[in-house]
Formats: sequence, structure tokens, C-alpha cells
Amino acid sequence: MTRCIRFAAVFCALLLAALLVNAARVQVVESRAYDDNPANRRPVIARYGQPRGDILVGGRPVTASKDTGEQLRYERVYTDGPLYAPVTGFASQVYGTTLLEATEDGVLSGTDPMLTPFALLNDLTRGRAPGGDVVTTLNPAAQRAAHEGLAGRKGAVAAIEPATGRVLALVSAPSYDPSLLSGNGPDVERAWARLNADPDKPMLNRAVRQTYPPGSTFKVVTAAAALDAGVVTDLDAPTHSPDPYRLPGTTTVLTNEGEGCADAPLRDAFMWSCNTVFAKLGVAVGAERMVATAQSFGFNDPGVRIPFSVVPSTFDTTVDRAQLALSSIGQYNTRATPLQMAMVAAAVADGGQVREPYLVERTTRADGTTVGTPGPRPVRQAMHPSTALRLRELMTDVVREGTGTNAAIPGAVVGGKTGTAQHGLGNSGTPYAWFVSWAQGPRDVEPSVAVAVVVEDAAADRGEISGGGDAAPIARAVMEAVLRS
Amino acid sequence: MTKAKAGIRTAAAAADAPAPTVRLPRRRGVELSLIVVAVLLSVCGYCAVGLARTGTLPPGAVGYGAGLGVLALLAHLAVRWRAPYADPLPLPIGVLLNGLGLVLIYRLDLETPHDRAAPTQLVWSALGVALFAFVVAALRDHRVLQRYSYVCVAAALALLTLPILFPAVNGARIWIRVAGFSIQPGEFAKVLLAVFFAAYLAANRNALTYAGRKVWGVQVPTGRVLGPIVTVWLLSVGVLVLERDLGTSLLFFGLFVVLLYVATGRTGWIAVGLLLAALGAVAVGRLEPHVHARVEDWLHPFASIEAGQGPNQLAQSLFAFAAGGVTGTGLGLGHSVLIGFAAKSDFILATAGEELGLAGLSAIFLLYGLLVERGYRAGLSLREPFGRLLAVGLASIVALQVFVIAGGVTGLIPLTGMAMPFLAQGGSSVVTNWAIVALLIRVSHAARRQYDGQVAP
Repeated sequence: MTRCIRFAAVFCALLLAALLVNAARVQVVESRAYDDNPANRRPVIARYGQPRGDILVGGRPVTASKDTGEQLRYERVYTDGPLYAPVTGFASQVYGTTLLEATEDGVLSGTDPMLTPFALLNDLTRGRAPGGDVVTTLNPAAQRAAHEGLAGRKGAVAAIEPATGRVLALVSAPSYDPSLLSGNGPDVERAWARLNADPDKPMLNRAVRQTYPPGSTFKVVTAAAALDAGVVTDLDAPTHSPDPYRLPGTTTVLTNEGEGCADAPLRDAFMWSCNTVFAKLGVAVGAERMVATAQSFGFNDPGVRIPFSVVPSTFDTTVDRAQLALSSIGQYNTRATPLQMAMVAAAVADGGQVREPYLVERTTRADGTTVGTPGPRPVRQAMHPSTALRLRELMTDVVREGTGTNAAIPGAVVGGKTGTAQHGLGNSGTPYAWFVSWAQGPRDVEPSVAVAVVVEDAAADRGEISGGGDAAPIARAVMEAVLRS
Repeated sequence: MTKAKAGIRTAAAAADAPAPTVRLPRRRGVELSLIVVAVLLSVCGYCAVGLARTGTLPPGAVGYGAGLGVLALLAHLAVRWRAPYADPLPLPIGVLLNGLGLVLIYRLDLETPHDRAAPTQLVWSALGVALFAFVVAALRDHRVLQRYSYVCVAAALALLTLPILFPAVNGARIWIRVAGFSIQPGEFAKVLLAVFFAAYLAANRNALTYAGRKVWGVQVPTGRVLGPIVTVWLLSVGVLVLERDLGTSLLFFGLFVVLLYVATGRTGWIAVGLLLAALGAVAVGRLEPHVHARVEDWLHPFASIEAGQGPNQLAQSLFAFAAGGVTGTGLGLGHSVLIGFAAKSDFILATAGEELGLAGLSAIFLLYGLLVERGYRAGLSLREPFGRLLAVGLASIVALQVFVIAGGVTGLIPLTGMAMPFLAQGGSSVVTNWAIVALLIRVSHAARRQYDGQVAP
């Protein structure tokens, strides 16, 4: 009997060993597979188990977290949702994250390993670092000025600091309140469906995710190419351009809105936005150099991140001379985001240098210590510094006595360029009103803001839509807000 | 303490004698210190839950500690008084597992504020300890039970049959509801059946081993000997299949086979047992949809996820264990409540696995292992067959029960509903387990006392 008891005991020991081995299998060997199973709610619960870090504008958070007491505990709220939605994006428990909420998610949700000084210790204790904060480069006054300037009209504004590439304002209208999408209830589902069905596309960030034909504002690029290439050496010399201008190799004739463009020197042609002159200049510069200049300004670059991605602005690289003529006045396949056009204005303001714009000044831990800064940004020389100086002169003339007088700010040096871009089949679509500009305050040594405004106003008469009339006042308000702060 | 005096006298007398006798230490101090450790560990767990959840010590910590401490002390005093030679380990293990179970249930109560189970469980634990003290104090000699073996089996069958008269709960007819308390009579039947098996096999083991004819070289016992035991076994298994409680059925069967093997020493019984088990498993798995579904779940725990219906209980249980990793999330910080129904009873181990990790889970398994080992040890050191079989039977109940339910929730074997001894919510189970520990204490007391004052072997 004793032997049998011993055997039975060995049997029990085997059962125990089986349990231990199996527990090790589930908890250690295969635990990763179980943890990563999409049906496992734990990662989601952990993600929403602590308040999300905040996004700061002008030193103040524009976001907050609401304790719902539910299983997914904290919900995102926005103090000024529609105003900052084109920057923050949304952080939804159902629909994920977009824009800064998406690109800075690691810091905001506390998973970024940089947030904890002792990552190994954290792994052991399973602590999740409290969410860090994201400090943006935005200027709250400029942002508000742009938002209120658009006043619900469809359009977008992008403003950057020329010397650094800091984004000062990024506005898209109409906007939406991202708080509506934060939770996980039926309201959220309804809001999502409504926002997506809205023909005005309030969730589309027009400043960085929508390209428009830049129209006459693109003449800044064409002028830069012409000056750099030596096609024009004297701003005041006649350009030998006819009015109307027949597109090379076609019978299509290009005309101007105003008078006096025939043979106009570059200064006048820029001031009065002569299509004929710039079309001819583009052809004279040649496709290769036009493409090179446009690309050095940032066109055709699919890799722009601010830190969320910006859709590439385009300048067609395979064009015949007629297409090149149209491309050079911002038509045909030339398309630009408002941010891209702000970069063009900033390059003029900053001696021809193009800096990749950025929105995040730095990321911090919950206690305010810095986790990361954007670091040195790549700089490209888009045009010769002397060319930039001459373009500043041209743009200043536009605001002083040309089409952009609405953007003038007393006491400040302001340069700008209007644009009225027709689009659609046979130009049947509503034109877009553009204005790109920069401003230098009386006490500043260099321009401190460059801005691009586009207004797509379907309700207005075609005649009333013009860069100078609709877009320039908004640009002025934004520039004033920056100069004043 | 007449025994102590007697011991001293024996020792004094032995000083002159040529063959020295051994005065065995009684080890009650060891038991007391281990109980203190067990109570302190439980209180620490209780406090850890509060600190993790609200950052403060839970308000009931002192009361909980005092309550558990008083219960454990009463049990200890009963042992000191009536079973001074008993093994010092089973009682502290019981206290620790019961205390830990209360902590886990309290912790899960925080997730379900409308459905609190910990207070009821504490009442049942008190009843269990009272039963423990009663058994230890009243049962002077475990051999008395041998006389009541047929009473035991009758009572066991009555208890097993009783729930058929009551409505089914969650697909199984194993509960009866009396005055708001639900009782699972099958739990009590386990101990009674173990007593009966032990008594019957102790009385008839020679007949089972040697009597009977040889058929094809195999000794077949006479029908007179084998009849009653097979009848009892068939009845109990039959009743359980009717009640759809596969876990308990499996437990009885395993207990029967182990005791039969230990009593007769014939490997043939194991072969027959395994054959019967295989036949039974196939038959039940095919015919009974409830059981068939469990087997399917075991083979494909994520089938419901792939079908787009979300994770089932077993998948959630596996997620919980996996989330625990080696060190666990810490008490109060896991999400095993996602398991939903039965998180506090059948799946309580998932909470332990998630919040205490593989380290804590292994510790719990080893505690059970230690308890079983102490039972077997008592069985080995006894000289009379009934006590040996009883000790082995009781220890095997614990071992098999732990294996069936722990293997089920960790995906080792198909899941069958059963209570984790001491840990799980369930009054009948906790009371039964205290009775098992009480009997082990009695048996171990008898085992050790026989050597006291004897010539060293």
C-alpha cells in the first residue's frame, strides 16, 4: 500500500507540474499573442485609464480630459474646439486620432519611452507614465484672427515665422468641434456620420490637406525663377511681351483683367498681375528651371511633415510650352496648399531660404520638463538672396499701390500678392481668392510673419471675389495679431 | 496538559532505560507563527487593493484582519486542545488561501458595486472554521467514521439527488436555494463519499485483491465484493450527468480510481479506470451538447472572436492570465472583471493570475501542492488502512479539484465548472474544504501521536 500511495503522490506531483508549465506557457511564452489579440480590451482600457496629456497654445492648454467613470475612463475635451481643430485633430475612443493627436499620441497617451527616466523599472512595475504635453508654435491671437476673419466662409489660412518655420496660425473653415467625437456613445456615432456627410467637409483641413490652383500668387515663384535665371535683370525694363499673348504652339489667346500689360516691365506686371507677362516669362525661363525653382520652394515634395503630413503641392514636370505658360501663372496642373504658399511668402521674406514649417515647439513630461524639441530643420535656398530682396520690393509695391492695398498695416512693411484662381471646366467653378504676404514690424530687423489666405466663397459673385478684396483683410488681421504680440 | 506531564514522565523513566524513547515536538508554536504570517499576508493584500484603487487604506482593513485573525486563532486553539500532534501546515495553508480568496472577492466586488459577495463569503468562512473546530474537537478518533460508512453514502446520494427537485441554474442542477442562500450539496457529498470509499475499500481490499476467478490471467473480484462499489459509483456519476455537472463527476471518478488503486495495489484498476474514463468522455462529449460546447471552446478558444461575437469567457480568462505576465499587475489593477459571469467563482484564478502574475499563481499552486503533500504524508505514516485511504482520498480530492478547475481556466483541459478550493466564491465549497482540512488535521494527529514516546524507529 505504501508504494501505491507514493505512486499516487507522484501522479499528483505530475498534475501540479502540468499546471505550472501550462501557467508559464500562457503567462510568459504566449502572453504577447494574447496581449495583442484585437479582442483584448486591456490596451484600450489602459490607454483611456489616465488623463491624456494636453496640447498647449500660447502657454495654455486648449485640451482637457473628462473623467467619465466608465470603463474607458477619460474622454478628450477641447476648450476651443473649432478654433484649433485644424491643429489638434480629434482623439476619439471609437474613430482613433488625427493630426497632432495622432502624431504626438505617444507623448500624450504616456507610452513614449522618453517620458520615463527609468524605462526598465517602469516595465517591471507596469507603470504608465502620465501623459506628456505638446507645446505648439501657434500664436493664439493670430489663430483667432484668422478663424474670425474667415467667419465660416470656406477657406484656409496658414501663417509661419519666416526666420524659423514655426507655424503661427493654421485655420480651416468651416471647422467642427472635435469634442463631439471623443466618447464612444451613440451621440459620437451620429456626429461622425453627420460630419462626414456634410457637403462643406468640416473635417477636411484645407490648410494642409487641400490643394488649390494658386493663380496669380504663383507669380512670386515665376518671378523668382526669371530673376534667378537672368531672364529679367532690370525690374523696370520692358519685357517685350504682347497683350494678348498667344500660347506657344496653340491658337489659344491669353488676356489680362486690366489694361497696360503690353510690354510692361516686371515691376508693373507684378503689381497689376499681368498674366501675359508671366506666362511669357515662364516659357522664357524654360520648363527645367521652372520645375527646379518650384521644387526648391517645396512643390512636388510628398514628405512634408509639420509633424502631421501635408499633401504635396504640385507643379507639373512634363509640360509643353503652352502648358508651361499656364503653369507659370498658377493654372493648368499647378496646385498648392495654403501652407505651401505661406512658405513661398516666407522664402521671399527670409532672403530666399525655405524652411520646413513645424507646429510642435517641444514636448514635455507632465511636470513640464522637456522631452523633445524639433531640432534643426533643413534649410533650402530657393532663390538667390538678391532675388529675394528684389521680390520683397515687388511685393511691397503691390500692397502700397497695387492690388493688395487692403493688407497695408500702418507703420509696418508689408509685402503681398493677390491671386484669383479660376478652376473647373472652362473656368465654370467659383474662383478662389488668394492672398500671400509677409509683414515686418517697425522695430523688427526682419519680417516676422508670412501668411497665405485662400477663400473659396461659393456664394459671392465672381466679380467680387478677388485676392485683394476677400483674402487680403484676413491676412492683414493675422499679420497685425502677430506684430502686436 | 496531562499528556505533557505524561511525556515528561516517560522521558524521565526513559533516562534509565537502555533504549531511549523519542519525545516528539508538537510544533503548535510553528503553526501559530505560520497562522500569524498567513493573516498578515491576507491583510496586506486587502490593504494593497485599497491603496491601488483609492490611494487610501480600505476602511474595513482592521475589522477584516481582526475577523480573520480571531477565526484562525479559534481554529488553532481547537487544534491545540484536541489534536496537539497534528501537522502544523494544513491550518495555516487553509487560512492563507481562504484569506486570499476573500481579498480577491473583495477586490472583484469593487467592480460590481451592486453585487457584493465578500460579506457572504466571510460568513461562510466563519461557518467553515466553526465546522473545522467542531470536527477537530468532537471527532476524537477518525476511525469512528468507519462505522458510519453506509450512513455517509446514503447521505451523499441524498445530497446529490436533492438539487434535481430544484430548478436548474445556468444549465446545471446542482444548487438548492434556502432562505436566500444557495447551497451546492454536491460539495458536501465529496467528503462523505471519500469516507465511504475509504471505509469500504479498507474493509474489502483483500477480497478485491485476491478473491475471485482468473479470467485471461486477470484477477476478477467476486460480484459480491465489487457490486456495491460499482453501483455507488454508477449512481453518483449518473446523477451528476443528469445534473450536467461534469466537473464533480470527473472528480468522483478520479477519486474512486485513485483509492481503488491504492487499496488494491493493482495497476489493472487504473487501466480499467482510464478505459472507462475514455469511454465516458467520448460518450458524454458526443451526446451532451453542454459538454460538447466546452470541448469545442477548449480546442478553439478564439472561435467566437473570429466569428465576430467577441471573446468568450475562456478567451477572456486567457487574456487575463497573459496580462499578468511574470510579476502581475498588482492587486486591484487588473481587468479580470471582463470575464463577466463567474469571475468570482469558477474564474477566480484568472484574477489571481492577472494581478499576482505567474509568481503569485505558482505560489498558490505550490500551497495546494503542499496541502496535498501533507495529506499523503499523513496517509503514509498511519498504520491502519482506513486512515491511510481517508488521508489519501481527502488529499486527492484537493489535488484533482485544483487540477480540473485550474487546468480548465488556463486552457490545459476542457473547462468544467468547479470551485477553486478556498479561493472561489461559494459557501458550500469553503465549508467543505474546512471539513477536509479538519479531517486531515485529525488523521495527521493520529499519525504522529502513535510515534510519540516510542522507541526511535
